[in-house]
Amino acid sequence: MQFSSKKPRAVTDLKAELYSQPLQFYAQPPLENISLSEFESFAVDRLKLLKTVENLGVSYVKLNDDYLKKLDNEIRTLNFPQVGVSLDAKDQTEKRRKDHISHFILRLAYCQTEDLRRWFIQQEVDLFKYRFKKLDSGEKLEFLHKNNLQYNTISAEEKDNLREKLTISSYAASGVKLEEQDFYKVPFQDALDLVRTRKVYLKEGYAYIPHNEIVTIVLNDFRTRLSKALALTARSLPAVHSDERLQPLLNHLSHSYLGQDYSVQKNVGKISLEQIDSLAGKSFPLCMRQLHQALRDQHHLRHGGRMQYGLFLKGIGLSLEQALQFWRMEFIRGKVDADKFDKAYAYSIRHMFGKEGKRADYTPYSCMKVILSNPPSQGDYHGCPFRHSDPELLKQKLQSYKVSPSGVSQILELVKGMHYQLACQKYFELTHNVEDTSFSLSHPNQYFTESQKVLGGGKDVKRETDTLQRPQESSAARGLTAAREPAVDESQHLAEITKNLETDFQDA
Amino acid sequence: MPSSDYDPACLPDLLPLYYRRLFPFAQYYRWLNYGGVQKNYFQNREFSFTLKDDIYVRYQSFSSQSELEKEMQKMNPYKIDIGAVYSHRPNQHNTVKSGSFQALEKELVFDIDMTDYDDVRSCCSAADICSKCWTLMTIAIRILDRSLRQDFGFHHLLWVYSGRRGVHCWVCDEAARKLSAAARSAVAEYLSLIKVKQFHFSFNINSLTVVERYFPQYALQDQNILGRKESEEKVLALVPEDILSIFKLQEIFQEERNPERRWRHIEAQAKKKQTTAKKWQYFEKEIMLQYCYPRLDVNVSKGVNHLLKSPFSVHPKTGRISVPIDLKDVEKFDPFAVPTISLICEELDRPKADEDEAKSEDAKEKENEQDSAEKRKIRDYKRTSLAKYVKYFDQFLAGMADSWKGKLRRQSGEFNTGDIFTNFMLDLFLCFLIFFL
Repeated sequence: MQFSSKKPRAVTDLKAELYSQPLQFYAQPPLENISLSEFESFAVDRLKLLKTVENLGVSYVKLNDDYLKKLDNEIRTLNFPQVGVSLDAKDQTEKRRKDHISHFILRLAYCQTEDLRRWFIQQEVDLFKYRFKKLDSGEKLEFLHKNNLQYNTISAEEKDNLREKLTISSYAASGVKLEEQDFYKVPFQDALDLVRTRKVYLKEGYAYIPHNEIVTIVLNDFRTRLSKALALTARSLPAVHSDERLQPLLNHLSHSYLGQDYSVQKNVGKISLEQIDSLAGKSFPLCMRQLHQALRDQHHLRHGGRMQYGLFLKGIGLSLEQALQFWRMEFIRGKVDADKFDKAYAYSIRHMFGKEGKRADYTPYSCMKVILSNPPSQGDYHGCPFRHSDPELLKQKLQSYKVSPSGVSQILELVKGMHYQLACQKYFELTHNVEDTSFSLSHPNQYFTESQKVLGGGKDVKRETDTLQRPQESSAARGLTAAREPAVDESQHLAEITKNLETDFQDA
Repeated sequence: MPSSDYDPACLPDLLPLYYRRLFPFAQYYRWLNYGGVQKNYFQNREFSFTLKDDIYVRYQSFSSQSELEKEMQKMNPYKIDIGAVYSHRPNQHNTVKSGSFQALEKELVFDIDMTDYDDVRSCCSAADICSKCWTLMTIAIRILDRSLRQDFGFHHLLWVYSGRRGVHCWVCDEAARKLSAAARSAVAEYLSLIKVKQFHFSFNINSLTVVERYFPQYALQDQNILGRKESEEKVLALVPEDILSIFKLQEIFQEERNPERRWRHIEAQAKKKQTTAKKWQYFEKEIMLQYCYPRLDVNVSKGVNHLLKSPFSVHPKTGRISVPIDLKDVEKFDPFAVPTISLICEELDRPKADEDEAKSEDAKEKENEQDSAEKRKIRDYKRTSLAKYVKYFDQFLAGMADSWKGKLRRQSGEFNTGDIFTNFMLDLFLCFLIFFL
């Protein structure tokens, strides 16, 4: 094994040169030694960032104030470089290095299928757009030149000469004073959409493009490059997969859950069995409410349903004794008699709590797991209703749960766009009469906890948005980052992540 | 100038003569070889021939000028089309692994066909043309030529008479030849006006000036669009409803019979409307554009591999040679004065009127190192009406030659590292990841 010792001077100089820019096209892969833990933590952080980008992109108008503020926050929290904020040089380089390396690691994880590639490209383009817009005009020009996009701004003199033509030609220019807008001279082949629709002034093969349009062109360039690069990466993947340390890591990056695992029971005994029915209507996510309903109706649940619901109940604080009582009472009402229950089903419930067999304390399923693994078939009630139910049936169910028609259509829109967790979040908002959830939903137990908070807190969330600002942000931080309990240190944190990955692997 | 009576039945006899003694192979090769700057550019070019009895053969290619000559003299094609420069020799395309045989480059081309204007010309229809409607071609050439040069920065444009009812434009700049299909279609769309309502005042101001210049003579007089009931109604259909009713144009037209004065009424109403209505309401300009603006077939320009009729090929139905059009004389260009194959074959035997000019040029040729057969051939076309068109073609090629010379000089010092580098970097990245726990 090679120790990461002093790096040769040439590489350090190269690094300084590479990281002197606030933004890059990721044209060159990083060339250095890196520890496995750094590899993993960088990748996980970037993944969290991209997921935030995705969520914010669906919840807000892109690049409006809320969006910008929240994304700024996330970037700072995850220790990524911020554009436009002058920092200590060494700190800056470190962050940019992290940005650079993490991008390339995620390329390896997300190049394999068309869907993964599309998702990755979309989020990276959005992130790039956010960063590019933050550059000032000098930095923008520098970026364009350093990346061989020979787009130059035109001089004030030239702008003056072409004044009339430029004002008429761009819709963007009207309303904004010509002096304030930068105009770029771009070869027409790079601005085809604008040429086709005659939305730009052309002269001798060059298109004169106002500043806002340049962003579109640069973004398209970035998108094309990334797309080609991913195709190239996919071809080199066999070489990477031959390293056994990397393969499981990369495979699970696209599937992993990165939040609290609810394995440590906090509220044991606080929930009584009589409460469950009312809690099911108020604080359970739709998947669990569905399972509970089915259990009550049929006095039975199949294995998949028992696992998903049983572990959830454990997560909300049911003790083993309570759980046994709960299931027994219900099953006896059905076709199962007491003896059969004790022989067949009780064992598996104890197993869930880690009291049998290899005594593994199973963790409640995250949304990712519920959505991606073990799809339900006829007679099953587990899975994610937003993912697995027929949209018509889902609509009926929501209506029967008294969700407003506009709410139902909003939810169905999100489902159509495959944003299942966001649909569930919307369901939360509608059933709790809340304007904006402060958390990013990724676990059914998280839904329950947040719901209890809203219902038990007594604050009117809709009106007192100001006072709620800070508590919102802190719970957002809690929701979005991995367990940041003060007691946890670096290695334990990593161990948890690996454990989560392993558990997913095992339970699947 | 009389064009000898052309009879399509004589083609089998005329074509061998044409290809043996008149077709300007040297210039043709000089053009398509583009100075030899790119290897195998000529050899990988696709030609297609239409032979007697409508036999059509594609993927013809030739390794040299002499091979081209020999084959054409052997096959005597009725029609010749030029296609793209491919990745391999087109005549060997069947031996290439499927998927690897690709069209790489081709000139950017435009095809203006008179039949696309049938709804706005009254003098002729379908394949017929006359001097009255030929103005449409003149307008098209002026507008497109200006736009391609000034807006897109192209320099080497060859306008060619198609032989019957239209014109073609070959944009031969290197940048044009390398354009992708998407870029070609973008340029074509930029130059088209699909719906007249798309007219945006600013960009087409230059085009509009051209149209305005020709409109009175062409539309009001030659086409008499406001002089006859049916066409007058068509024009009024383009006037907005409110103008028609408020200003009672139809009634005015009952009184006023003179087309020019009628037009002035329309113009006056338009000006009145402009002062009151919202921006970009220039319906009188829209009318002019509807009648005169170039109509091109985007599909011809879009494809890199599209085949288009070759300059200097014969049009089998009219017998006319597809000659290049001298832009300096575009106003005076008369499609009916273009020589037919029968005329020039006839002129081979009886020399032309200005023989002195031909003789002095012969003397100049003798000074060069060329074999007598070549000399004879050059002398041959010079005795015919084809001479001035070949001369113009020579000037066009001379204009391009300067750019080739510069390229050849620069090429000797370059080499391409681009793609190798990217792959190398990727491998390096993968190799250099060494971990320790």
